[in-house]
Amino acid sequence: MKLSNYEVGNFFDEMFGEDGRPRVAARPLAKKIESLPMGELFNRQQAADRALVQAGITFNVYGESEGVEKTLPFDLVPRIVPSAEWDRIERGLKQRIRALNMFIDDLYHDQRIIKDGAVPDHIVSTSKGLRAPCIGLNPPRGIWCHITGTDLVRHSDGEIYVLEDNLRCPSGVSYVLENRRLMKSLFPEVFEASRIRPVSNYPIRLRDMLEYLAPEGVTTPRVVVLTPGVFNSAYFEHSFLAQQMGVELVEGGDLVVSDGYVWMNTTNGFERVDVIYRRIDDDFLDPETFRADSMLGVPGLMKVYQAGNVALANAPGSGVADDKVVYAYVPRIIKYYLGEDIILPNVPTYICAEPADFKYVLEHLPELVVKAANESGGYGMLIGPHSTAAQREEFARRITANPRNYIAQPTLSLSRVPTLVDGHLEGRHVDLRPYILYGKDIFVLPGGLTRVALKKGSLVVNSSQGGGTKDTWVLADSPATLAADEMVPGAAQNQGQSQSQSQSQFQTETPSATQVAGASA
Amino acid sequence: MLSRVADSIYWMSRYVERAENVARIVDVNLNILLDSTMADQQWQPLVNITGDHEDFAKRYQVANQHTVLQFLTFDRDNPNSILSCLRSARENARSVREIISSEMWLQLNQFYLTVKAAAESGRGLDSPHEFFTNVKLSSHLFTGLTDATMTHGEGWHFSRLGRKLERADKTSRILDVKYFILLRSVADVGTPFDDVQWAAVLRSSSAFEMYRKRHGRIAPKLIVEFLLLDSEFPRAIRYCLNAARDSFHAISGTPIGTYRKPAEKLLGQLCSDLAYATIDDVMGEGLHEYLDTLQSKMNLVSLGIHERFFAKRVPETRHSSMEKMQ
Repeated sequence: MKLSNYEVGNFFDEMFGEDGRPRVAARPLAKKIESLPMGELFNRQQAADRALVQAGITFNVYGESEGVEKTLPFDLVPRIVPSAEWDRIERGLKQRIRALNMFIDDLYHDQRIIKDGAVPDHIVSTSKGLRAPCIGLNPPRGIWCHITGTDLVRHSDGEIYVLEDNLRCPSGVSYVLENRRLMKSLFPEVFEASRIRPVSNYPIRLRDMLEYLAPEGVTTPRVVVLTPGVFNSAYFEHSFLAQQMGVELVEGGDLVVSDGYVWMNTTNGFERVDVIYRRIDDDFLDPETFRADSMLGVPGLMKVYQAGNVALANAPGSGVADDKVVYAYVPRIIKYYLGEDIILPNVPTYICAEPADFKYVLEHLPELVVKAANESGGYGMLIGPHSTAAQREEFARRITANPRNYIAQPTLSLSRVPTLVDGHLEGRHVDLRPYILYGKDIFVLPGGLTRVALKKGSLVVNSSQGGGTKDTWVLADSPATLAADEMVPGAAQNQGQSQSQSQSQFQTETPSATQVAGASA
Repeated sequence: MLSRVADSIYWMSRYVERAENVARIVDVNLNILLDSTMADQQWQPLVNITGDHEDFAKRYQVANQHTVLQFLTFDRDNPNSILSCLRSARENARSVREIISSEMWLQLNQFYLTVKAAAESGRGLDSPHEFFTNVKLSSHLFTGLTDATMTHGEGWHFSRLGRKLERADKTSRILDVKYFILLRSVADVGTPFDDVQWAAVLRSSSAFEMYRKRHGRIAPKLIVEFLLLDSEFPRAIRYCLNAARDSFHAISGTPIGTYRKPAEKLLGQLCSDLAYATIDDVMGEGLHEYLDTLQSKMNLVSLGIHERFFAKRVPETRHSSMEKMQ
């Protein structure tokens, strides 16, 4: 398949340089793609699609009754991140998470940062993520944001910017692991040639982190994943992570609070639960503390948590720091707590609550992206250049009515990655969500979820709005980096075993899918 | 093991087994019809033996091959159609994906998708025999994967418990098909066509060859004895109930021959009854009546299992919860 027809366009392309030649890091992959006969890439893509349906790797779509499960579209051509660039991203993310954790802890205690005037009081006190029951709370080991997914984008200037922080229940990591499994079976040769940092140890890291949070005196903690149930859009991920960690997946109805502890209802009576990786939002966690109409949570859970008899990850109340207005203050937050300059810059942000910015935003709506402070999934957003006059008027009204709830940013020209469209490659815009675990130390999973806007010209990468995913290859600069990543202290044996098992399973499964796809094409 | 998880595994297996047995019941009737010289085709009895005749009457005018096959195979509103059973089995499996092996999940997902595609194509029953054979084989494959890829611990025992109870119930209903058909055609008794029907009953339980090895000639009484009281043939009711009892005790930890809960006692009694029953007793009581009583007792066992293992409970005090843990 020829790559010479591929058009880089006026964008930063992750695979090709401005001269149209593959970047150094992408050369083995480019060579591989060029060596494939016409149509072969398409065949492999079909094999991948089939494998996803057969394995039931799906997400649920709200509001559709029959056939509610869809597979997240997966594109074969990976995003490649050079080693040195990744190292900087990793340092930047660690810095950010460390500061945000200190920020959350400060907000629920002395609020020094507000007293010292680095962040205005009204921004914090009106944040929808602020949880009064968490004031004065000391989570286990002083950690609030155990699992974070931070969205990164690259602008046409080549710089990587932080677009937003997700500190509540970031999802998507299961796709990172499953995409990698697929890619290994479809392009084993390129893996050998490229030396890509592994991601498969994520579940082990996650479990280690969760066990680290166990209450004092518990030597073999029982960890569970708490899911809203099979109808949740991310149910596959909840189930997958529980399975990969080797822990129980529970629903609210399986848990009960009694005598100051949390118990789960088993066929043999009640067993104590020590650590809960909850994939339920704060609001639904405990009807006695938060929303009384929640059917998903566990009545009395917060009392047990406050008494230190169970750990919750992420800590309730940590969402205060992923407010999109708080985001604008992160450079100042980092400076305040760490005395450092931010390593990975924020996208320049106009805060509508500040009079000068408010005026600027209303005057420049056609060229800005406006976001509501507490919406996710690409909702509550105005993309200026793609908007109609009516939409802009509507947003101007909303912003004027509630300036605190809005920020605006210049429209970024997201970088692109070649993507298979109707049998040939076209550039599509991408972002990147790396996953960060905060336990004994801070661990950044090398890579993360590359989301791609599959619609031509679209900048919205969310799965609910026509987005897909790609594998993300972070290259290792030396064999040592590879080996070090592969090894987890005390668990190296287990990991080797589960990895090779999952691979061999995949190898028996996929070639047949390839044949079928090949035969029908 | 979580009560909810045990519940899902148990029903996952039951539903797969149910789908297989609906295929068997339909297939046996199709086979009988092939050898039948009667113009009057009998389809209503099939609906009767599944116990869903009221539901059927509400939505279908007449019972003929087309309507009954549709009702039992692809009808989404009939919770016991093959498609509905597989959808339920898959939903249960989806909620315990992290417990069962990925091979089991892949196979069940594939099984469901295949039947769903057949239902949607509108041509799924163009060659019914082939279709029902595939349903049976897919179910066997799932059962085989369960045995070969899942640890034979508590979860596996719940799966076996569900499967064996379902199979015992359905074998009893397959025996009943013959009863219902007999009601309609007393004149056939003792004719070559009667033999054909009995052979078809055996075939529907994959029992024809095994029966021939044991008894040789086709004799109604011996056939009933084989499918009801045999302790070695894996679709015989007694064999299934013995296996269910073994799994029940493996889960509860109570030695066989003793019991702690009503369901355990009732299941033990059923096994004993079958161990000491003779075929003459059964026929004396009337086969249909005997099977009817047996089915109600098995339903009670099923309710008791729910009570004992799956139902939601509330801990009373720490003391009592600790006791339960031990």
